[in-house]
Amino acid sequence: MLLQLSSDQEFFRETTDKFLTDQVPVEVLRRLRDEAAGYDADYWRRGAELGWTSLLVTEKHGGGNISGNGILDLTIVAHEFGAHAAPGPLIATNVVAAALAETDSHPDVIAGLLDGSTVATWCIDEPGRRPLDVDVEIRVDGDDLVINGVKRPVEAAEQASHLLVTGRTDDGLTQVLVPAETAGVTVTAMRSVDLTRRFGAVSFSDVRVPRAAAVGEVGQASAQVQRQFHLVLALVNAESVGAMQTAFDMTVEWGFDRYSFGRPLVSYQALKHRFADMKSWLEAGHAITDEAAEELGTGDDRAAMLLSAGKAFIGDYGGELIQDCVQLHGGLGVTFEHDVHLYLRRQTVNRALYGTPSQHRQRLADLGQQRDEAAANKVDA
Amino acid sequence: MSDDNVEDVEAFRQRAREWIRANLRRADGPGQTLRGKDEQQDLAEVAREREVQRMLFDAGFAGICVPKDYAGQGLTPAHQRAFNDELVGYEYPARLQVPPMTPCMAVLLEFGTEEQKQRHVPAILKGEEIWMQLLSEPSGGSDVAGALTSAVREGDEWLLNGSKIWTSGAWWADWGLVLARTNWDVPKHRGLSVFILPLNAPGVTVHRIEMLNGNREFCQEFLSDVRVPDSDRIGDVDDGWTVGVRWLFHERMQHNSPYVTRPTGATREGEKGSILKVVRDAGRIDDPVARELAGEALEIGLVTEALNHRVARGIMTGTMSDQAAAVGRLLMCVSLSRQSTIAFEIAGAAGGAWADDDGEAAERGTDFLMRQTPSIGGGTTEMARNVIAERVLGMPREQALDRNVPFREVPRGSARQ
Ligand SMILES: Cc1cc2nc3c(=O)[nH]c(=O)nc-3n(C[C@H](O)[C@H](O)[C@H](O)COP(=O)(O)OP(=O)(O)OC[C@H]3O[C@@H](n4cnc5c(N)ncnc54)[C@H](O)[C@@H]3O)c2cc1C
Repeated sequence: MLLQLSSDQEFFRETTDKFLTDQVPVEVLRRLRDEAAGYDADYWRRGAELGWTSLLVTEKHGGGNISGNGILDLTIVAHEFGAHAAPGPLIATNVVAAALAETDSHPDVIAGLLDGSTVATWCIDEPGRRPLDVDVEIRVDGDDLVINGVKRPVEAAEQASHLLVTGRTDDGLTQVLVPAETAGVTVTAMRSVDLTRRFGAVSFSDVRVPRAAAVGEVGQASAQVQRQFHLVLALVNAESVGAMQTAFDMTVEWGFDRYSFGRPLVSYQALKHRFADMKSWLEAGHAITDEAAEELGTGDDRAAMLLSAGKAFIGDYGGELIQDCVQLHGGLGVTFEHDVHLYLRRQTVNRALYGTPSQHRQRLADLGQQRDEAAANKVDA
Repeated sequence: MSDDNVEDVEAFRQRAREWIRANLRRADGPGQTLRGKDEQQDLAEVAREREVQRMLFDAGFAGICVPKDYAGQGLTPAHQRAFNDELVGYEYPARLQVPPMTPCMAVLLEFGTEEQKQRHVPAILKGEEIWMQLLSEPSGGSDVAGALTSAVREGDEWLLNGSKIWTSGAWWADWGLVLARTNWDVPKHRGLSVFILPLNAPGVTVHRIEMLNGNREFCQEFLSDVRVPDSDRIGDVDDGWTVGVRWLFHERMQHNSPYVTRPTGATREGEKGSILKVVRDAGRIDDPVARELAGEALEIGLVTEALNHRVARGIMTGTMSDQAAAVGRLLMCVSLSRQSTIAFEIAGAAGGAWADDDGEAAERGTDFLMRQTPSIGGGTTEMARNVIAERVLGMPREQALDRNVPFREVPRGSARQ
């Protein structure tokens, strides 16, 4: 998280932190495991009142941010979500709200997202494909758009009343907002290691919506999709770093309190050095996340590389960090009773979604090559 | 820094860009891995770097963050960063940065007397004086405060005796910053003092050491009755460790130092540009395995850079202690090691045997042999981990047998005394 929050940002962070501490302590998280939605509708509405879904929506549409960089502000919430392993469709609702506001479409849905009465989600990933490699078809048929194909995993698929679907129309990408009850839409629940976050597979079989349901221009959505993807990466990274921070803090505390051979664990150099490595990964996770969010919010073209670097690094090293926290807890670390797994779960799911570390490294090579070619052209010119 | 007349960073950047393009040569020659092998070439390069430093000075780009009183520009770290951004792809006085600008000049600025600063800082900025740090000794570098080189007072002078080692570039440098023992009857940290010394002073012998890649940049200095005037002492007598602590801090901050002029991204000595060039020259640009490895090199490079920005900002604003510099340093060393391994892996068989026309794929085996260098020089990664655990996270200190005992009674090993 940011090293220095403005007083407004700090107030906002504290409010969310307090609310989460109060509403979803670890006992509640454990209980939510058995609930269908994984969160309480009233909890979500109250969170929305705190501003969780309004930061990326312009004032014209009823939203507003704190610092001028709404993405950066929202990463503060995402960080707290990770730090508390909090429930609720934070990423799903925000990415849809941002897309609708940016394209000036579906104002009624935006209003519902803002006050927390509506949940919407983005259907982007497809089975066996890399992120943004889209095969679902959105065909133009007279005044209608017709959708065919399967999206999975989709966060909060069963809870969402609206689905933002990204599909292919000839050579271009199209996005459309589909009410979940539309004929031909089938949602099947999936299973996940996260205790409170739900995912589903959504299949579209000749799903027909009016052309007016399109979000942005038909066949022209590719830049918008990139922006949504970048936004998701910024939030996922911030959330995972929050989870790393809590796991690390509880393990440091444990290391001071736990004695072995008459000495605290943190007096052994072998373990001190591992804590030092973890500290460097943790700070690096904060650093890359904040730098990326800062640049994404100000439209810098380095953001894409920074986001993928963060996604790969936090996926790999965040996993190593929390697994080492498990290791240093000994037997306790692998019990359901101990809390460390709550954060391991959150980081683990985030690592797998929206591109694995390996896929982001490949994307970095592509982006790096484009950057080098652009630089070479600039020097030639 | 709160000067109201400070030039706007973007205007400065524009001015820097124009000057760099009009005056500096493009750095598209071979890398510097062979540095220290060909004496004539080395000396020619040092001469050119002094010349470039002088050009920077004359154009008003030397010592961007050094106060105007000492012939610097009195600008901010943001100006230095802008200059470094613009320098990408151009020659620069690489040897005159670390250790000359930091830690040496940084220590002078912090602890030097007015007279010392007036005499040396402008000379450093003009490229007339190149400074080196004489810290490590054959008996040990991690335990810096255990220095055995002694300084004994004789009237207005000090007589230095002992040996310093691993001083990169001492054979072509001009001045050294020396940590020496001035009192053997107090615990180790309380009996040290810092001196400055011309490397051609009578009694100083400089030997070159060959590294495993053939590089002969490293030196050992033997000091035999070297006379140093008391006016060349930095800090108080027996209080050299106060200077030493900041000296090591400036050393650890070298990748964030506002005194260092170096193209952004070229944090590695001998950096040969983008890892993707290695992939291309190895003939593997379409090989997904090589591409993913290159992606990893980019990943950890970007993350390390972001971490260094965070740590620098944290220390500057006081949200992190000075000791946090070790956090940035640790990840940087580990990342550089990994990047060496990656480049070597991508090079394939060319990593083991290469031809002159292998381009960026050549010499990767040599780099790999030298892989641990950054993790040793400037303090080892083990020492960085100790600092993080003990000073940043507050964990118990390691047992030490040299505390609260007169230094002369501290046990010493027999290896390389
Ligand atoms: C490229 C390069 C440039 C250098 N430039 C300079 C220079 O300009 N000036 C200068 O003075 N020196 C310089 N050095 C020397 C460098 O600072 C020392 O090599 C370094 O501090 C380690 O000291 P040492 O070699 O004596 O190893 P030792 O201190 O003997 O250490 C040996 C090993 O033991 C480990 N170790 C030691 N103590 C501990 C401990 N308490 N806990 C855990 N592990 C420990 C070390 O990490 C290391 O792995 C340079 C070195 C290199 C490689």
